[in-house]
Amino acid sequence: MAERFEVVVVGAGPAGLAAALTLARAGVEVIVFERGEHPGSKNVMGGVLYRHPTEAVVPGFYHQAPLERPVVEQRLWLLTGEAALTLGYKDMVFAGEPFNAFTVLRARFDRWLADQAVAAGALLINETVVEDLLWENERVVGVRTGREGGDVRAEVVVLAEGANSLLTQKAGLKPDGINTNQLAVAVKEIIALPREKIEDRFNLEEGQGCTIELLGEATKGMLGTAFIYTNKDSLSVGVGVLLASLVRRRLNPNDLLEHLKSHPMVRSLLAGGESKEYQGHLIPEGGYQAVPKLYGNGVLVVGDAAMLVNGVHREGSNLALTSGLLAARTILAAREKGDYSEANLAPYRRALEESFVLKDLKKYQGASFFFDQNPQFFTLYPGLLSRAAREFLTVDNVPKRAKQKRILREITAARSRFQIARDLYSLWRVMG
Amino acid sequence: MAGEPAPVSWELLGAGRQLAGALKVELAGVLLGQGVEGLANEAWAYGADRVYLVEDPVLGPYRTAPYARALVELVQRYRPEILLLGATSMGRDLSGAVATALGTGLTADCTALNIDPATRLLEQTRPAFGGNVMATILCQRHRPQMATVRPRVMPLPPRQEGRQGELVRVGIDLKEEEALATVLEVIEEKGKAVYLDRAEIVVAGGRGLGSRENLRLLEELAGVLGGTLGASRAAVEAGWLPPEYQVGQTGITVRPKVYFAIGISGAIQHLVGMQNADVIVAINKDPEAPIFKVATYGIVGDFLEVVPALTEEFRRQLAARST
Amino acid sequence: MLQMVVCVKQVPDTAEVRINPRTNTLVRAGVPAILNPYDAHAVEAAVQLKEKYGGQVTALSMGPPQAEEVLRRALGMGADRAILLSDRAFAGSDTLATSYILAAAIRAIDRETPVDLVFCGKQAIDGDTAQVGPGIAARLGFTQLTYVMAIDGVDLEKRQIQVQRKLEDKREVIRGRLPALLTVVKDLNELRYASLPALIRAARATITTWSKDDLDLDPASIGLKGSPTSVRRIFAPPARPGGELIPGEPRQAAAILVAKLVQTKIIADK
Ligand SMILES: Cc1cc2nc3c(=O)[nH]c(=O)nc-3n(C[C@H](O)[C@H](O)[C@H](O)COP(=O)(O)OP(=O)(O)OC[C@H]3O[C@@H](n4cnc5c(N)ncnc54)[C@H](O)[C@@H]3O)c2cc1C
Ligand SMILES: Cc1cc2nc3c(=O)[nH]c(=O)nc-3n(C[C@H](O)[C@H](O)[C@H](O)COP(=O)(O)OP(=O)(O)OC[C@H]3O[C@@H](n4cnc5c(N)ncnc54)[C@H](O)[C@@H]3O)c2cc1C
Ligand SMILES: Nc1ncnc2c1ncn2[C@@H]1O[C@H](COP(=O)(O)O)[C@@H](O)[C@H]1O
Repeated sequence: MAERFEVVVVGAGPAGLAAALTLARAGVEVIVFERGEHPGSKNVMGGVLYRHPTEAVVPGFYHQAPLERPVVEQRLWLLTGEAALTLGYKDMVFAGEPFNAFTVLRARFDRWLADQAVAAGALLINETVVEDLLWENERVVGVRTGREGGDVRAEVVVLAEGANSLLTQKAGLKPDGINTNQLAVAVKEIIALPREKIEDRFNLEEGQGCTIELLGEATKGMLGTAFIYTNKDSLSVGVGVLLASLVRRRLNPNDLLEHLKSHPMVRSLLAGGESKEYQGHLIPEGGYQAVPKLYGNGVLVVGDAAMLVNGVHREGSNLALTSGLLAARTILAAREKGDYSEANLAPYRRALEESFVLKDLKKYQGASFFFDQNPQFFTLYPGLLSRAAREFLTVDNVPKRAKQKRILREITAARSRFQIARDLYSLWRVMG
Repeated sequence: MAGEPAPVSWELLGAGRQLAGALKVELAGVLLGQGVEGLANEAWAYGADRVYLVEDPVLGPYRTAPYARALVELVQRYRPEILLLGATSMGRDLSGAVATALGTGLTADCTALNIDPATRLLEQTRPAFGGNVMATILCQRHRPQMATVRPRVMPLPPRQEGRQGELVRVGIDLKEEEALATVLEVIEEKGKAVYLDRAEIVVAGGRGLGSRENLRLLEELAGVLGGTLGASRAAVEAGWLPPEYQVGQTGITVRPKVYFAIGISGAIQHLVGMQNADVIVAINKDPEAPIFKVATYGIVGDFLEVVPALTEEFRRQLAARST
Repeated sequence: MLQMVVCVKQVPDTAEVRINPRTNTLVRAGVPAILNPYDAHAVEAAVQLKEKYGGQVTALSMGPPQAEEVLRRALGMGADRAILLSDRAFAGSDTLATSYILAAAIRAIDRETPVDLVFCGKQAIDGDTAQVGPGIAARLGFTQLTYVMAIDGVDLEKRQIQVQRKLEDKREVIRGRLPALLTVVKDLNELRYASLPALIRAARATITTWSKDDLDLDPASIGLKGSPTSVRRIFAPPARPGGELIPGEPRQAAAILVAKLVQTKIIADK
């Protein structure tokens, strides 16, 4: 005598919660399972939460949600051994409504988002792992959890289980096993630092935040990025690189993070901070080509589990929220017809194609492969650019024209003009 | 009380003496039990001016109801400014009942007591939130001001042999039926830490020991010094030592002459249990470990090398002195 | 049949509470709130007795509306119903006022069906006072049994309970008259892993909320007004001043340290 709900959502991350909240508001009986102690307790995201897609799920969320700081400045650092070439954009427009993005601590934000879903009528069951799907006549009819009396039947199951998508594999939507070329590994540390110190060191007004993305030596030249985000009274510092390159280089992610933290330019930003927590996580970065089948009879997959991550722009939560929302709308439409078979869930894919989610992934579909095949962007160029900058900025009575010549000579010695031109052209092809 | 009085009782008399001095009032002790009159001498020796004695068969084994009634009646008759009890299981059991019956405030588990000279109020300081925070608490309008005091935090006052005081015998009409409970049996727990809280030398190990086998090095050091082993919670959780050996917020508070902290980082919850040691020796391979901030002496190094060297040196130098 | 009430408190996870050294205020923002760990064992004990002797378990908590969460937790563990005492007028209550309010609620429950047993945790990990349990017992005139580490049995005929109490270096076997109030330690039991139907029931349950007007209370005895103690200040634990680092190779350093300790007679020969 299993429990019965209209919809089961597996995973209380942004994707699952967006779906649950939308469904509950429409009066659907929905139950959400989360294996962590609380939503967000297992989450590792940096993270930057984007205002626009979040508002589509909870209008005006920034009036109540636990956010850290609005992001007013984004910086990009090309790191070499001792130096960094930096690039940034600061815009005070981002400091006020309607805002652009916020830094968040997911342990807090997800809990809040879950509270909204519960208030709307969703049932949230924490500390419960969904271990398997229940099938009947080749359709998914529910889930089996790890608790006594743990079966729940449902019309539709929404898989929002994140990157480690075992159930999506069991549902036959995605090939089994791990493809190291489609997964990045990220490790992150939260480092406590007093508010005033953060604002001083990062040159911020009270309460405002910034993000730094780091390339080059930050990942020992591997395909990936590192980040430093300012929270209220802590920093989130992390590195993510493609699993395949880690395996190839026989490195472990912890070493990368230590390497990053010991860089002189990073060290001074973190000095005196107290490490609060340390976590590692997978990020699906296979891009457009890796997106699995997104629906089946009685089942839909959303968020990271559906590989909906934009690796180039470090976006994930926004794609997760949006996919959860679109999945819920698809379910509501299917509910009208009283039929949750594959054909009635197919509009979910179309809705994603029409939204920024799959459009963006399509745009960058070649990026991951491209950078993997062209490591010079992460190994060679940061160093060259940085040396060029050092040369140019060092005041040593060498005339500027002579300096420029020397720089050019050095660069072309490392890579021919032809090669550089080709690199730039292909970079523009992939990213433009 | 039945059996042996908890040593914290004498520590309370030491603390009480100072408070009574600041307020210029008398210091009295309370003896409840059966056949406990002899302890009055001890109370005087540790500083009491007066002892209130209630002896009654109902007060034989400790039970909350009759003890609470007796103490409440004493307070109502003699109206003390301040009432202190030891923060032992029994003391906390009794104080909660008594404070409620008297309708007055009670501060648990104090680690410092002071009189504010301006207001004559008792400032009661205690750890809260798992030792992350200290709070000073006042009881402004109700009397008595009641507190339980953590054992081994206040120094034991010097014993003044032969010091005499006044004995006030009080009769209270107690009935066995009102005791509500019967003690059937008292089982001594064997294999308990050998009075860690009274040890003069504690050799404590933490997660840094790495394994239960390495405990042997600490045992050898403790053996040479006649010390007792102690542990951080991490070492207890690893199963290297039983819970009775845990020093700290959720363990025992110690006040030894020397405390060796070996492979212990010095988390605040550990520090609150040992920072009243006269001397703290820290051995840790991480020069940044917070334990060094409180240590009288610190050695940065691997305990696998440092501890055997210490044991050998103690053996050598102590032998040299005694010849 | 046993009518039981378990007092459960929502507490901040004290592992994460810190003091802001500049303002000397508690940094509680974002610190997760949990069911006081000892109270979980109290719920488990009551549910086990219900399974053995029959009866009903009511979980009772005083706190802000968010404290509902710990009541749901108790329901998931097998409590039959939950009551939240929530009112602005309760805010600022110390242990005396808290035990007054909780006792008044238990009296109200007692009027429906007489209460046999009240359970509390040994102490709440935020205040660590261990005073609320004895306070409730004193007000209700119940037999007070603290630090209970084992429940040997209940005699419904004779209206007695036999328990073992955990004291510093001994264990006490004690028999008490019902009604009784027990405060429990963690050794008492292992917490169960709740079944899914129980969790779903708990998530769906409506939780009764009582405000000050639902209880028979003297306004002068609740909240800040009813609390004889007040916090004068809170501060970060003072650091003991550090001493010297002894440099050198292990053997050298050991020799210097031992000499210091032995010469100053801090460690003398036994
Ligand atoms: C280091 C790092 C930094 C990032 N930075 C950013 C950033 O700055 N901005 C951004 O937008 N994105 C960022 N991302 C990506 C972002 O975290 C994800 O895209 C987003 O969290 C995906 O949401 P989701 O709901 O699909 O999955 P998740 O957030 O992973 O949620 C899945 C949930 O399901 C639960 N679960 C899994 N399996 C089961 C099961 N069988 N039973 C029950 N529960 C289960 C998990 O415990 C988890 O809570 C970052 C990721 C990482 C790792
Ligand atoms: C509510 C609460 C109550 C608590 N109560 C207590 C309590 O009562 N008592 C208690 O102790 N803790 C308590 N804790 C836990 C406390 O916070 C710490 O986690 C604990 O004290 C850490 O123990 P540790 O120092 O042994 O381990 P760690 O912090 O892991 O430190 C190990 C140390 O060993 C050093 N080390 C490693 N190898 C070597 C070597 N070969 N030679 C020399 N040094 C080495 C390391 O540098 C490190 O400093 C409590 C925590 C909470 C939240
Ligand atoms: N606000 C409260 N609501 C319910 N029970 C409480 C409350 N405060 C304390 N208790 C109970 O009293 C016990 C001891 O708390 P304390 O005296 O605060 O250490 C707790 O373990 C709870 O069982």
